[in-house]
Amino acid sequence: MASLPPKHRLQQGSADAVGGSDTHHDRPRGIMRWVLTTNHKEIGTLYLLFSLLMFMIGGVFALVVRAELFQPGLQLVQPEFFNQMTTMHGLIMVFGAVMPAFVGLANWMVPLQIGAPDMALPRLNNFSFWLLPVAFTLLLSTLIMPGGAPNFGWTFYAPLSTTYAPPSTTYFILSLHIAGISSILGAINIIATILNLRAPGMRLMDMTLFVWTWLITAFLLIAVMPVLAGVVTMMLMDINFGTSFFNAAGGGDPVLFQHLFWFFGHPEVYIMILPAFGIVSVIIPTFARKRLFGYASMVYATASIAILSFMVWAHHMFVVGLPLVAELFFMYSTMLIAVPTGVKVFNWIATLFRGSITFEPAMLFAIAFVVLFTIGGFSGLMLAISPADFQYHDTYFVVAHFHYVLVPGAIFSIMAAVYYWLPKWTGHYPHLRLSQWHFWLSIIGVNLTFFPMHFSGLAGMPRRIPDYSLQFADFNMISSVGAFMFGLSQLLFVVIVFMCVRGGKKAPAKAWDGAEDLEWTVPSPAPLHTFEHPPQYRPVEH
Amino acid sequence: MSGGSYYVPATSRWPILASLALGLMMVGTGTWLVHGSIGSLIMLAGLVAILAIMALWFRDVIRESMDGLYDSQMDRSFRWGMAWFIFSEVMFFAAFFGALFYVRTFALPWLDGEGAKGVTALLWPDFTASWPLLNPPDPSIQGPEHILDPWKLPLINTLLLVTSSITLTFSHEALKKGDRYGAHTWLVVTVLFGAVFICIQGIEYYEAWVHLGLTLQAGIYGSTFFMLTGFHGLHVIIGTIILFTLLQRVKKGHFDAHNHFAFEAGAWYWHFVDVVWIGLFLFVYVF
Repeated sequence: MASLPPKHRLQQGSADAVGGSDTHHDRPRGIMRWVLTTNHKEIGTLYLLFSLLMFMIGGVFALVVRAELFQPGLQLVQPEFFNQMTTMHGLIMVFGAVMPAFVGLANWMVPLQIGAPDMALPRLNNFSFWLLPVAFTLLLSTLIMPGGAPNFGWTFYAPLSTTYAPPSTTYFILSLHIAGISSILGAINIIATILNLRAPGMRLMDMTLFVWTWLITAFLLIAVMPVLAGVVTMMLMDINFGTSFFNAAGGGDPVLFQHLFWFFGHPEVYIMILPAFGIVSVIIPTFARKRLFGYASMVYATASIAILSFMVWAHHMFVVGLPLVAELFFMYSTMLIAVPTGVKVFNWIATLFRGSITFEPAMLFAIAFVVLFTIGGFSGLMLAISPADFQYHDTYFVVAHFHYVLVPGAIFSIMAAVYYWLPKWTGHYPHLRLSQWHFWLSIIGVNLTFFPMHFSGLAGMPRRIPDYSLQFADFNMISSVGAFMFGLSQLLFVVIVFMCVRGGKKAPAKAWDGAEDLEWTVPSPAPLHTFEHPPQYRPVEH
Repeated sequence: MSGGSYYVPATSRWPILASLALGLMMVGTGTWLVHGSIGSLIMLAGLVAILAIMALWFRDVIRESMDGLYDSQMDRSFRWGMAWFIFSEVMFFAAFFGALFYVRTFALPWLDGEGAKGVTALLWPDFTASWPLLNPPDPSIQGPEHILDPWKLPLINTLLLVTSSITLTFSHEALKKGDRYGAHTWLVVTVLFGAVFICIQGIEYYEAWVHLGLTLQAGIYGSTFFMLTGFHGLHVIIGTIILFTLLQRVKKGHFDAHNHFAFEAGAWYWHFVDVVWIGLFLFVYVF
């Protein structure tokens, strides 16, 4: 197949691409290099390693849950501890694994893809990262506190999280404040970088989809993380200072908590999927050796999803007793989201159509993303139907739905991104055979885990309960086997990443045949400082 | 910009120290709230550490700025950073305003049996919804005896804060004309207005808490009143400190007619605090 005409006039090896030297600052050595760093690549690496650690910890919590659910009856853990495990699994995965992984990828790749030397505010960047270990040390320490860790589910509904909460809840709130500050500052940094540090000549509509989706994600973060800060502050006041925000006895309302939480929470779930869309939109064209189909419509679809995300929050609350008009409004507004999401899926498939496709590990994960995320999207549509949701609500069907969009959705996209960019980060290709093993074990494990949950959920199995009726035994056993298979195969992922850092097949600057974005114009591994002199970006008009 | 190289700042120890100090303060706060005892001391130590680190961090930034290390691109990064930070603050207040509107429009009428939500009225059949809510549904919670008259101290505070936004603009205009004396004088006036506002707010809180029985524990009215005005007051205090710092920098001649983004950022923040107050005056005090 003939190679594509170039997208821009900034070719590999041009003098513009890499400039300057590493001599302009005294660099601390050893551990202090990582503690004090203001370099976007080092901070990106820190974020990604932190996220991997949290992914493992959150995964162990999930396996405790799945081990208990292997058979009906109570075998391994006390119900109180089971509740702590479901709660901590959710909190760690959402705030500790998925979000930091995407911020890490943004740190590494946004400056490289827009031709910037670093993030706009490098010291703030360091601060954003180092808040995370502090926050999550505090959060994990609740496990050893009297009364145990938070046990009310990751959505921490009042009054379970206020009146009936363990004493450690106050620490949980404070740790969430720290994580929230980290997210807001990180998002401000990303948005300032994208708006201000693009290579001269690069217009907004020249940016890669990954940069676009992160621009919109950063906006969502800045808009809703403060709302989360507000709602947990109200909890803190209700618990410790006798206010009545979520207490009907004083004129407040526990449902108010749910409104505020989901006003944060729904955009939050798009915060965890929009960068995934961006990653897949970058990977699929590379390995299909075609331009992304419908670039502009992808941008507009992303923006539409972001705007709609502020108008759909109460679809999480259909059974709480909303007025009928609210049920209808939130049902229809939720269904509207299927339109821009459909545009995206259509565009990915159209990009693949008649492409010259090869199945590198990154592409395997990206294609799995498209298929399995779409399954999660469809079950989301089912849940959006308000009267039907009365049946599905708080069952394993919901668990199946959001795990399909988060595991083979968000997590697979992160895996795809890691396989895609590892050659740029380390200068080596990841081990091909092991990567393929990792992919196939993961995809079988993930479907084995979550597909049966659709059935147990539709049959009425409630979520967050350590015991269940005998009729659900087979489905649960399959889920648990799949979960351990998926969990253990992630150890393989750690091995692959470790091996790739240590050595492997050398990668050239343009590590993938069809890769065209700016990051492939700098050497592999990318030197510590890239684009110190702004490159002139000249898009080629078609 | 073209041809020039980007400014990439040196490493700094303030971010990691600030993270640790914030962690210390949060551990202290948690310990204080859950166990009492020495927690409050740890919290205070953390707070002092954070304030000190912020002062030192800003000092470094000011020095680098005075050394001319920042170019117009860095200036734009600071502008975007400050603008989006203020947007995040707007959303923080939006959460509390949202709670206020939700309670007034939905929760209380429903507790009174309005509409299809009559079932919640079964909880306290004698409850009558009103705003301000002087009689919370459950007798275990003592409502406020009175609320504050908006046309006394709150009106004075409104006038003070709106005027301070105007005097700050005068100061900025003077600075832009290169009139350092004028800029200095108007900034002093603005800082004084801010300080007087804080004092009046303190008097008002004393009045409310001690004489009117309007406390944090006085049901949802007290909750929304104190959280909204309290966070606003905290922002006025921070804003006044920012303006006071800017005053010192004006005195030292740090700003010229064209290059004074720190001043503008402080002014943006102050106007934001002012706008929030107008929302508060209308929806917390008057209506």
